[in-house]
Amino acid sequence: MCGICGCGSSSKSKFSPLKPHHHSHDDAHSHSHAHETHGERLIRVEQDILAKNDSYADENRAYFQQHGIFALNFVSSPGAGKTTLLVATINALKNTRPIFVIEGDQQTDLDADRIRATGAAALQINTGKACHLDAHDIGHAVQTLQVADNSVLAIENVGNLVCPSSFDLGEAHKVVVLSVTEGDDKPLKYPDMFHAADLMIINKIDLLPYTNFDVARCIEFAKRINPDIEVLQLSATQEQSLGAWLEWLNQH
Amino acid sequence: MHEISLLESVLESLEAQAKQQGFQQVKQVVLEIGALSCVEADALRFGFSAVMKNSVAEHAELVIVKIAGQGLCPTCQQTVLLETRHDPCHHCGSFGVKVLQGQSMRIKELIVI
Ligand SMILES: Nc1nc2c(ncn2[C@@H]2O[C@H](COP(=O)(O)OP(=O)(O)OP(=O)(O)O)[C@@H](O)[C@H]2O)c(=O)[nH]1
Ligand SMILES: [Mg+2]
Ligand SMILES: [Zn+2]
Repeated sequence: MCGICGCGSSSKSKFSPLKPHHHSHDDAHSHSHAHETHGERLIRVEQDILAKNDSYADENRAYFQQHGIFALNFVSSPGAGKTTLLVATINALKNTRPIFVIEGDQQTDLDADRIRATGAAALQINTGKACHLDAHDIGHAVQTLQVADNSVLAIENVGNLVCPSSFDLGEAHKVVVLSVTEGDDKPLKYPDMFHAADLMIINKIDLLPYTNFDVARCIEFAKRINPDIEVLQLSATQEQSLGAWLEWLNQH
Repeated sequence: MHEISLLESVLESLEAQAKQQGFQQVKQVVLEIGALSCVEADALRFGFSAVMKNSVAEHAELVIVKIAGQGLCPTCQQTVLLETRHDPCHHCGSFGVKVLQGQSMRIKELIVI
């Protein structure tokens, strides 16, 4: 049994089916009864739907704090360059600051393999149908990966600008990666994600000449949604463009 | 479709309530969904019966209460009704309205037997 949360395994909890009901009846029938005849009662719950995820996230955050782990949650559309950026970052920081990586994808271990090729420790989580990582996944992954004290923990979320915005993982910051081939209007189209992020990295800057992406317009849109968002521009494929990003990491 | 995950959280909570409060069956679930929360009411309705199948809430009725989005304009200090998070203030046109209400996703109440 899991020591963190008491769950039976790393899989999501399953629910036991109801015992046969002695007077099961169809919906139409049940609605014709007055409530009292069935002994119905009202229960006020007043509970946030994400309360459970948030409580796991709080536990993760406390754990990270105690162990000096700086956790970042990378989010983007599929293919914006998250893995490429992580590989480049690990190579640039080699022997200065340990980085551990949790890779979330619906299927395959490909991204974790790319990270491991750098020599860094990575754990792949396949979310299957789910389009995001949740805080419970991360709590387990941190234990499995044995993330060292005083390291950077990079969590690459499933490529998806919608769902991961709702699920706090306990990270210090969400980092949204937006590549210039996706269009400069993304912050307005997916406002929840840009609202939740503290840093926006505009990636694939080398491809600017081939697109009509307007960097100033993109930043203006992002600040409309989130006036406090920080912005960096780089090409994950060009080491010399990573300076400001490495500096940002250094300062955090 | 994170609505499915959210419904799974709802179900988990219903199962916990069933144990705590000693009921066998949920007849109605009332969810409160803010206009600015990133969840689609139709997607919740769509997934509800599938997720609740074989549980205490099988055949339960789903009622969704929508909560309007509301914010405070940082420039003119007036209350602003928001349809989306990035709406400008409809009094003075400023962006960056601070959201006060409408982001919540809550299980409000249940009718149980
Ligand atoms: N030209 C150019 N290509 C890039 C850059 N960054 C990433 N790419 C390319 O974009 C493609 C997708 O990059 P990935 O790093 O796999 O993107 P990702 O965000 O990890 O993708 P998912 O995990 O599938 O969501 C690859 O072919 C990369 O080589 C960049 O700065 N410039
Ligand atoms: Mg990737
Ligand atoms: Zn105003």
